[in-house]
Amino acid sequence: MAILGAINPMLTVGLDGDNAWRLDDYVKRGGYAALKKILAEKMSPAQVIDEVKKSSLRGRGGAGFPTGLKWSFMPKDFKDGKYVVCNTDEGEPGTFKDRDILRYNPHSVIEGMTIAAYAVGAARGYNYIHGEIWDIYQRFEAALDEACAAGLLGKNILGSGFDFELFAHHGYGAYICGEESALLESIEGKKGQPRFKPPFPASYGLYGKPTTINNTETFSAVPFIFNLGAEAYLEAGKANNGGTKLFSVSGHVNKPGNFEVPLGTPFATLLEMAGGMRGGRKLKACIPGGSSAPVLPAGVIMDCTLDYDCISKAGSMLGSGAVIVMDETTCMVKALERLSFFYFEESCGQCTPCREGTSWMYKIVHRIENGQGRPEDLDLLGSVTTNIMGRTICALGDAASMPVQSFIKHFRDEFSYHIEYKKCLVPPEVQRAGSGFFKATV
Amino acid sequence: MLTTESLKRIDREIAKYPADQKQSAVMAALAIAQEEQGWLTTEAIEFVANYLGMAPMAAYEVASFYNMYDLKPVGKYKLTVCTNLPCMLSGGVDAGEYLKQKLGVGFNETTADGKITLKEGECMGACGDAPVMLVNNRRMCSCMLPEQIDKLLAELE
Ligand SMILES: Cc1cc2nc3c(=O)[nH]c(=O)nc-3n(C[C@H](O)[C@H](O)[C@H](O)COP(=O)(O)O)c2cc1C
Ligand code: SF4
Ligand code: FES
Repeated sequence: MAILGAINPMLTVGLDGDNAWRLDDYVKRGGYAALKKILAEKMSPAQVIDEVKKSSLRGRGGAGFPTGLKWSFMPKDFKDGKYVVCNTDEGEPGTFKDRDILRYNPHSVIEGMTIAAYAVGAARGYNYIHGEIWDIYQRFEAALDEACAAGLLGKNILGSGFDFELFAHHGYGAYICGEESALLESIEGKKGQPRFKPPFPASYGLYGKPTTINNTETFSAVPFIFNLGAEAYLEAGKANNGGTKLFSVSGHVNKPGNFEVPLGTPFATLLEMAGGMRGGRKLKACIPGGSSAPVLPAGVIMDCTLDYDCISKAGSMLGSGAVIVMDETTCMVKALERLSFFYFEESCGQCTPCREGTSWMYKIVHRIENGQGRPEDLDLLGSVTTNIMGRTICALGDAASMPVQSFIKHFRDEFSYHIEYKKCLVPPEVQRAGSGFFKATV
Repeated sequence: MLTTESLKRIDREIAKYPADQKQSAVMAALAIAQEEQGWLTTEAIEFVANYLGMAPMAAYEVASFYNMYDLKPVGKYKLTVCTNLPCMLSGGVDAGEYLKQKLGVGFNETTADGKITLKEGECMGACGDAPVMLVNNRRMCSCMLPEQIDKLLAELE
């Protein structure tokens, strides 16, 4: 099991055993009580949205947008079919929490989506699941079957007259489909290329109909707002940062995995929960919110608490909660080279600044890493990033630029050393030992 | 072109979408065709397009956009290793190198006996289990240190 620890958990509470994902187990844990309550008390959609607003739940997919506010953008009088879509296209390097949510607690997502559908007046929904996790897609479909058989999905849910049909859509390998409008294009059976915004999905979404799209973890949190009450949910986290959050910890730690902690938990606590630094080595840097978030040096991240506001004050982003930990064996140039390759590979190619810029950034970082860097390269990289940022259709252009800017800002000396001496500051054998792959040689 | 079993699976996918949006099933239909035939020939893509009532070019665009479709023949087993940064920190790149050596091929190459195609992949959403690799797009293998890789290779017949 890859959920390795928690402090006051909600989403992952009581998830033990192979059957945790099943409907019976979920109901025993208090599952579907929120949906039942909403339907039995005939809460109005506006009341439901209000509760979510009061809880300060913020989107867990990356941008941290307030969920209740997003739901309130859906046109109330639109009668020609609206949609609710869940984003499980988890491909942001470092992020692996949604996979575990669907693996161990898929019904919490189904319940959350159903409540959302009720609140925004949607009759149909899709969960878009990342291509590489076929077994999870199958499990989600099995959970859908259970929910339908129990009258919790489909026509006339629990005799309330409310209909909601939900299906799974399987991706096939394209990071860009995590961007919400690319994801919608992809469900429509097209290349996953982001759309111009506005119009936003709430007015022009799937098949051109109003659509609410949220991350898996966001939907999964919704039932808890109604089970606990919005105030209690908010208090479980920190002002303006309601609830708990799953953090995926990867890299140079002893126990990589998922941890659910209240928003506002100190970074140091999370690091300790993840077993501390591998081999007792020293922390060098951390990317706190998935590969698109700016990197922070050890000294800065060690003073942070894990919430949207603190991490953004420190100059980065909480993003998807993917905490990538790097120790002193890491060559920062090589690390950036790999990330730049990723964005170059995954740019959808629609916008010239992103298509050409990601290619340039990779080429330049690659030549620095390989001993062919030029003294002017660091400034050149800086100018490429400023020519991309804010000039593209979607945020991938910015996502590709922020690592470049932040790596150079905080580790400029290491880049300069590479350019001057044509080799890594961190000796290759030290780097090799860091990964722990060739245990025998460490 | 495709077996009735595959067509049945495709029909089940079509039923998930509004009646006038059959094209939404194209990703699943291409994946099913690839699973049956090993890789996607132009004929298979055209067949899927016609089956869904969409332009063959539109289906081809989809097949060439997403990384997991193979538009060229691959070995009996396709092994995709994630080498992205979070995995790299825990041996993803080393695992790729180890496989290259063991198999005597580079990325995007197939062993001489046609058994294994090696590929480099991007984040699979499983970074905590690094090194990770995917067998034939479907089976994810976790924590693949040298011993586990040897075991997997011995198992792939
Ligand atoms: C390049 C790119 C990749 C993204 N990948 C994901 C992703 O894998 N999962 C996700 O939930 N959101 C992703 N997003 C954010 C979505 O566009 C969207 O903001 C999110 O799904 C909204 O849900 P939330 O409000 O619940 O966070 C990505 C955005 C961009 C620009
Ligand atoms: S910014 Fe990049 S990924 Fe986004 S739409 Fe433009 S080219 Fe495509
Ligand atoms: S980086 Fe390899 S699975 Fe995420």
